[in-house]
Amino acid sequence: MQEVAPKVAQIRSLTHRYGDNAALEDVSLDIPAGCMAGLIGPDGVGKSTLLAILAGVRRIQSGQVNVLDGDMTDRVHRSRCHVRIAYMPQGLGKNLYPTLSVEENLDFFGRLFGLTPAARRERIDELLAATGLAPFPHRAVGALSGGMKQKLGLCCALIHDPDLLILDEPTTGVDPLSRRQFWELIDHIRARRPQMSVLVATAYMEEAERFDWLAAMDDGHILATGTPDEVRRAGGHETLEEAFIELLPEERRKRHRAVTVPPRQADGDTAAIEAEGLTRRFGDFVAVDNVSFRIEPGEIFGFLGSNGCGKTTTMKMLTGLLPASEGVARLFGKPLDARDMATRQRVGYMSQSFSLYSELTVRQNLELHAHIFELPYDEIEPRVLEMLKSFELEDVEHSRPDDLPLGIKQRLQLAVAVIHRPEVLILDEPTSGVDPIARDQFWQYLLDLSRNDGVTIFISTHFMNEAERCDRVSLMHAGRVLAVGVPRDLAESSGGGSLEEAFVEYLEKAAAPSRMTDGVIGRAMPEPDQNGRGKAGRRSFSLQRLWAYTRREAMELLRDPIRLTFALAGPVILLLAFGYGITFDVEDLPYAVFDQDQSLESRTLIEGFEGSRYFDEKTPARSETELIQRLKSGEIVIGVEIPSGFGRDLLGGHHPEINLLVDAASPFRGETAAGYVSGIAQQYLAERYPGLAANIFSVETRMRYNQAFKSVYAIVPSVFTLILTMIPAMMTAVGVVREKEYGSIANFRSTPVTRLEFLLGKQGPYIVLAYINFLTLLAMAVFIFGVPVKGSLPALLLGSLLYVAGTTGFGVLISSFTNTQVAAMFGAAIISIIPAVNFSGLLVPVSSLSGAGQIIGLSFPSGWYQPISVGAMTKGLHLSDMWTSFAMLVLFALAYLFVARIALRKQER
Amino acid sequence: MMHFVRNVWRLGVKELRSFLADPILLVLVIYIFTVAVYSVATGAKTEVVNAAVAVVDEDRSPLSRQIAAALLPPYFQQARYIDAEEAITGMDRNEFVFLIDIPPNFERDLLRGDKPSIQVSADATAMSLAGIGVNYVSSIISQEISVALREHGVSSDQPINLVSRYLFNPNADSLRYTSVMQVINNVSMLAIILAGAALIRERERGTVEHLLVMPVSAAEIMVAKIWANGLVILIGALISLSLVVQTILGIPIAGSLTLFAVGIAVYLTAATGLGIMLATFASTMPQFALLAIPVLIIFELLSGSATPMESMPVWLQDVMQLSPSTHFVAYAQAILYRGAGLSIVWPKLAMMGAISVAFFVIALARFRKALLNG
Repeated sequence: MQEVAPKVAQIRSLTHRYGDNAALEDVSLDIPAGCMAGLIGPDGVGKSTLLAILAGVRRIQSGQVNVLDGDMTDRVHRSRCHVRIAYMPQGLGKNLYPTLSVEENLDFFGRLFGLTPAARRERIDELLAATGLAPFPHRAVGALSGGMKQKLGLCCALIHDPDLLILDEPTTGVDPLSRRQFWELIDHIRARRPQMSVLVATAYMEEAERFDWLAAMDDGHILATGTPDEVRRAGGHETLEEAFIELLPEERRKRHRAVTVPPRQADGDTAAIEAEGLTRRFGDFVAVDNVSFRIEPGEIFGFLGSNGCGKTTTMKMLTGLLPASEGVARLFGKPLDARDMATRQRVGYMSQSFSLYSELTVRQNLELHAHIFELPYDEIEPRVLEMLKSFELEDVEHSRPDDLPLGIKQRLQLAVAVIHRPEVLILDEPTSGVDPIARDQFWQYLLDLSRNDGVTIFISTHFMNEAERCDRVSLMHAGRVLAVGVPRDLAESSGGGSLEEAFVEYLEKAAAPSRMTDGVIGRAMPEPDQNGRGKAGRRSFSLQRLWAYTRREAMELLRDPIRLTFALAGPVILLLAFGYGITFDVEDLPYAVFDQDQSLESRTLIEGFEGSRYFDEKTPARSETELIQRLKSGEIVIGVEIPSGFGRDLLGGHHPEINLLVDAASPFRGETAAGYVSGIAQQYLAERYPGLAANIFSVETRMRYNQAFKSVYAIVPSVFTLILTMIPAMMTAVGVVREKEYGSIANFRSTPVTRLEFLLGKQGPYIVLAYINFLTLLAMAVFIFGVPVKGSLPALLLGSLLYVAGTTGFGVLISSFTNTQVAAMFGAAIISIIPAVNFSGLLVPVSSLSGAGQIIGLSFPSGWYQPISVGAMTKGLHLSDMWTSFAMLVLFALAYLFVARIALRKQER
Repeated sequence: MMHFVRNVWRLGVKELRSFLADPILLVLVIYIFTVAVYSVATGAKTEVVNAAVAVVDEDRSPLSRQIAAALLPPYFQQARYIDAEEAITGMDRNEFVFLIDIPPNFERDLLRGDKPSIQVSADATAMSLAGIGVNYVSSIISQEISVALREHGVSSDQPINLVSRYLFNPNADSLRYTSVMQVINNVSMLAIILAGAALIRERERGTVEHLLVMPVSAAEIMVAKIWANGLVILIGALISLSLVVQTILGIPIAGSLTLFAVGIAVYLTAATGLGIMLATFASTMPQFALLAIPVLIIFELLSGSATPMESMPVWLQDVMQLSPSTHFVAYAQAILYRGAGLSIVWPKLAMMGAISVAFFVIALARFRKALLNG
């Protein structure tokens, strides 16, 4: 390498750990500027970590990193870099928003980089035209193919004309034609802007051939750097993949054997698997379109195609997992029936992602499958041992799969799939992400099964060199089979002589009429627009960026039916449940009388209860035992026992005794009921027999604010406090954490948006939503529960606005230190509900709480809103009566935002 | 048939292993059956405790002072004397819940036979406290006045003498009620969450696909989930009742725990079936949680465990008859509080059984459909 070549990045002794695992170990590297530089290596070797650190989205643990002539630990330099670096994280469309359209996604990025509306319009049109996406500006990103998503990702990255473009595995899982188009697009851009540096990571060794410079990585170390030629020479092999294996440390390499494919003996003419016109629709979408093929016993049949081309769906139909919409699949001549357990005994299946029980050990997984497949009991143990031995799993027998590397997990999956000696093996992309050595080893097993045990193998892959090992392959795209044949024949049929080129040719033929590739090449890439960038990029607070987030969040929310339904219907359901479910009203109490006196006076006493709304009379009892029995069954709550001689004693002024049997299992109801009985009995008798009552003084009771003493007047306004903290806090917390889970948080980390803009932008739509909730609740309170606003309506409206600003702020705070939606949801719900239920005055008035309880209650906004909602609605109070509560609510809203801003990190650890 | 039983057994054992290997779920179940039961039972009391009282004493006689002094802890805080102007604003500001207004010359008028009256106001927005508390306050006042009158040889007795006998809970202790109901509510909550999470977990990890290529039927998978998760909850509930409720909180359980366990088993079929049914509508845990929360709240709050059924509107009572939780709460209350036997509770058990069968059939149909459509 020349000493004078300018560097886009210089890395010195960089080490990065996740817990005990080192993703990067003492890496030093100079990456040349102004060219296409690549990082190659299998999954999990530290490529993504390195790129994230270079992009400034991950924090540097130790070591020194200079990017674009500045130190990446320097915050000022980093924030300047946000407008100069574009970062596209790994995963198809990972940083895009699936429910938003192509144009809306681009528009969002344009706003984040401060482009004016006119500039945005112009850039978007140019970029869409250049990438061939122009015909679909309104299509939702979730409905795009993998290749189109990646092109859109590239457009979003290019909208601000970066000086350094960082792409993390941009072509993984994309069909060969789209892959080729993608690289042509990059070449094109570089031709227009030669000063731009491009840094790419890839697991496809073949792709690395086109890079100007590359670094081969393994296990956190750099194996070799230089031009592809230099690396090949260093490894002493013709292809990069072979050279890569040669460069690995000795101990890893010695297990490797080159794969040779022994010829297959064709036998018989019955087909093992046969598909005839298989079609599968999901609604309007045709996932698999009229697919037919025939696989002979013992054959290895490959399915080659991109993500989402219908490979998995076809395989699922062949296992009986998914019924076909049309067509038949036959297994050994018999039509496949999903209900037929006997077919399942003959098929082994390995799904795309790891799908064994990670809670069970390697051995337990094997045993479970042996049992379920009903191997004879005494054969289970030997068979499990045999599997452990032949798949080299003995050392990890008692480990859990999660602790094992991907290569070994895939071996275990294969062992499980063949434990019941199936005749047919269906494998869905078994080697994705596995390193080259483990991949070759995996193929040794497959060849052994096919050639020695005569197992028919149906395998899907997107590695061309694996497809070349199959006896026959089928090229698949957009649900259709483009060609079937022996790999060598297919390769020779095309001009280029390789399988990849043959595939591209078929794809081009198939895609020509659909306009999908129109304009990809030849249309000029837009010239960089130096005026458009950096206007808002440098500003420390920009309303435009804030609004970009608010707008996008609102659009996403409106397009998510489950979240929206929960947000709008949740409060309604809760208020109905609480309004009717929590009541301290004791009414229609079932009671029965055991009247031993049967006199005029005893009947007069009973009459007193009959007229009351509190009681509901049941048939009289004939004995005390009967009363108790009926109390036990819950049929009655009160038993009244009138002794014989009651009438005589009453008239005689002897104050006769009446026995009340009260079911006090529920003590509140029991005590209240007893209170009502004695009140009514004494009053009724005193009216009927005025001479008997002492009537010397009276204690008048007054129920203030709520004369009828109906629960709804107190409970409904109190429940506002609870609902308006729980739902808005949950919704907001989930809204932020979703971005972490789905990966679009990368946009916050890699663009100029500040923490405050991000937080306020995200909170905005939820404040509006929560206020809609409040207005709905208020309408329900007034019109369904008949609870009027006796005091000041403006005070209630203002107080509620301040309250939801606080509770959504609380949700933002929760989200800044939780990482999964489930944790955010339960965290927000539990932490906000406990003080709202127990310490805000909902059940126990604040004045009766113990000192600690009072302090807890007043440390949350709910403790201050409860007096406002109850005050304004039931107590008839006004703003001036409650101004301290309002001031406190403002304080809470600000404090939550402030703490959340500190807790949220712009860089990932 | 043997085949069915064997597969259900093996898949169930697998479920149990998965459950035991998930520390978060394990801790959640233990927490819910111990700490959560204890803290809610001891925290949310409906008794009159520590109530704040204010007195406007315009009489300033020995009797008026005697009345104020008779309001004692733990029921009441020491009464605060305030003047008439503060009486209204103080209650507006939640400073006290009860206000006793003793008019000028009350004692003199009483002894003269002028039939004076004392006014007790309660803040009726504090429902639980105001309702019972106002009875306590007025009976304490009446008692103090009667004692004073008796000293002057005047009787103030009422026409009849009502003797209340509190059955099943002689001290009207709310701890007894809430602790047991908390266990019942947690059974419902865990049944829905555990069964639903067990399905979602398989779906999120892709293992459900694996189950389907094995020679097992949807019914076997579902029954295995029900028995395994049900067993965890049954054991948890029984331990919670005997350890936390009986031993730590010292609360007597009236009826037979075996009979109660039979009821839980029947009820769990319906509740876990509901959990599985909800899980078929969601593809991720967050979606499941959003669906489960409102269902759980209705399931628990309106079942009669929080508030007596007869206080709800009649239409709602009728609707809630379709919910297994309503019958389970009534069944559990009859056995655990009132010591009812099978001869009394069998109709409720039969209702639960019928609802369980219906829930199971619907859930199985949904489950099958959801599995086939991936």
